[in-house]
Amino acid sequence: MREPNSVTIVGASLAGHATAKALRRLGFRGAITMIGDENARPYDRPPLSKEYLAGACTEEELALEVKDEALDAQWLLGVRAVALDVAAMPDVPTHTVRLADGRSVTSDAVVIATGSKARRMPGAVSGVHTVRTLADAAALRSELAPDVRVAVIGAGFIGAEIASTISALGISVTMIEAAATPLAGPLGPEMGSVVAGLHARHGVRLLTGVPVAGLLGDDRVTGVLLDDGRKIPADVVVAGIGAVPAVDWLEGSGVELTPPEIGGGVVCDSVGATSARGIYAVGDCAAWFDDATGRHHRIEHWTDSRDRPAVLVAGMLGQPISAALRAPYFWSDQYGVTIQFAGRRHGDEDLTVEAGSPATDDLLVVYRRAGEPVAVLGMNQPKLFARWRKELSRPRGRRSAELQPLGTSSATP
Amino acid sequence: MLRICSLVDLPAGEALRVDEVSPPIAVFHTDDGEIFAIDDTCTHQEASLADGWLEGCEVECPLHASRFDLRTGQVDAPPARLGVRTHQVTVTEGEIYVTLSTDPPVLPPGVTA
Repeated sequence: MREPNSVTIVGASLAGHATAKALRRLGFRGAITMIGDENARPYDRPPLSKEYLAGACTEEELALEVKDEALDAQWLLGVRAVALDVAAMPDVPTHTVRLADGRSVTSDAVVIATGSKARRMPGAVSGVHTVRTLADAAALRSELAPDVRVAVIGAGFIGAEIASTISALGISVTMIEAAATPLAGPLGPEMGSVVAGLHARHGVRLLTGVPVAGLLGDDRVTGVLLDDGRKIPADVVVAGIGAVPAVDWLEGSGVELTPPEIGGGVVCDSVGATSARGIYAVGDCAAWFDDATGRHHRIEHWTDSRDRPAVLVAGMLGQPISAALRAPYFWSDQYGVTIQFAGRRHGDEDLTVEAGSPATDDLLVVYRRAGEPVAVLGMNQPKLFARWRKELSRPRGRRSAELQPLGTSSATP
Repeated sequence: MLRICSLVDLPAGEALRVDEVSPPIAVFHTDDGEIFAIDDTCTHQEASLADGWLEGCEVECPLHASRFDLRTGQVDAPPARLGVRTHQVTVTEGEIYVTLSTDPPVLPPGVTA
């Protein structure tokens, strides 16, 4: 395939920025245009629910660009892409991205990196927050004071981190989770309850198995109404109820999306090329074909958004792909505990405690299917976890069921 | 020069944290057989790079996955924004020695040498 002369990257966050960096690193000398719907230059989102929310770091410290980066890109920030016109003639692959302010950008290749957007609670009363952007986190932070009561809806990782940060500020927090066990989706019910046990031990009240019926208050939120009729008084409500891919702007473009029930992401091959020639997608909004599972899979992990662009760009430029994709990996920092998870969990695995215990917050658990390790969970076990993560990223058949010399003791949880 | 260990005690693919100096350093033996020494503490948040993922001439922080080039100390991938110091390595008669950099160390917030 002919190398493009110009690339438009739609989305100026982690995946978009990493794409631009990879293009320059691999020697691309054409024009790069970066389009971002926020005004900010690329910044790191994980601290928004932690250090930034706690007031322990500044906006400048979140920047993803480093000194002397020399991306030589044209930046169009604070403007949303509203449509993509895919080139009609495949031999002349000039695509057009149309922007909300009427401008448009044409280029040989387009990388869709628009990420995801937080699900928000219906109704627009004040005092109700989600945390996805710098502006979101700043707005929540401005409402935090020692005497406010905070309710967090959703005990997933974002909700848990926000509860951890806010309670460390000495503020009373109640978490509400519709499922019987928090984090059952990503970690499974056993480990979900272990990790969720951190809340109680740090003074956060956790209500599980209770869906939210609605919010209380007219102009300003006064609490959360539960399905069972209980009312949880709250001055500030934070909804951590997941995210959806930001792909609505692609409607009518002809770029194929996966059905909403399996994530609604942009369908890509295993190196990020979409159904339309010259159009690529990466990051939260993209559903790459996963060779390990044989299906398209949308991944919202930070590390995948950072690392996949290099693979995509190598494919786009017709260069060899230097590094194989690693096992999916995410981490969460809560209550001073680093929780790490890597691999692919289906739900039918046997779990083995390889080190530590839940009581001492230093657990390392390996998930095995038919004897073969497929996933690993660590709590404050960075060294051992790193070894297992590396092991899980080896091609199948070259993995060992035990890790030597570190994988020694074993017991059933 | 600081004696680290015998070469045979640091197999390829392994790393060693040396905390008898402050701040501690990390010595890596790459799969290609090269030995490198850098400051052990990630510049983003406190973590031991010797515990990280060594691949090629790069190490990835075990906590938040920042990548550092062992040859230059530069950050190859965020969230870290600042590089680490590199130290000169000498291997003589099967023993690894390090000459410490005289540059000021770059440490994460809240960590002092």
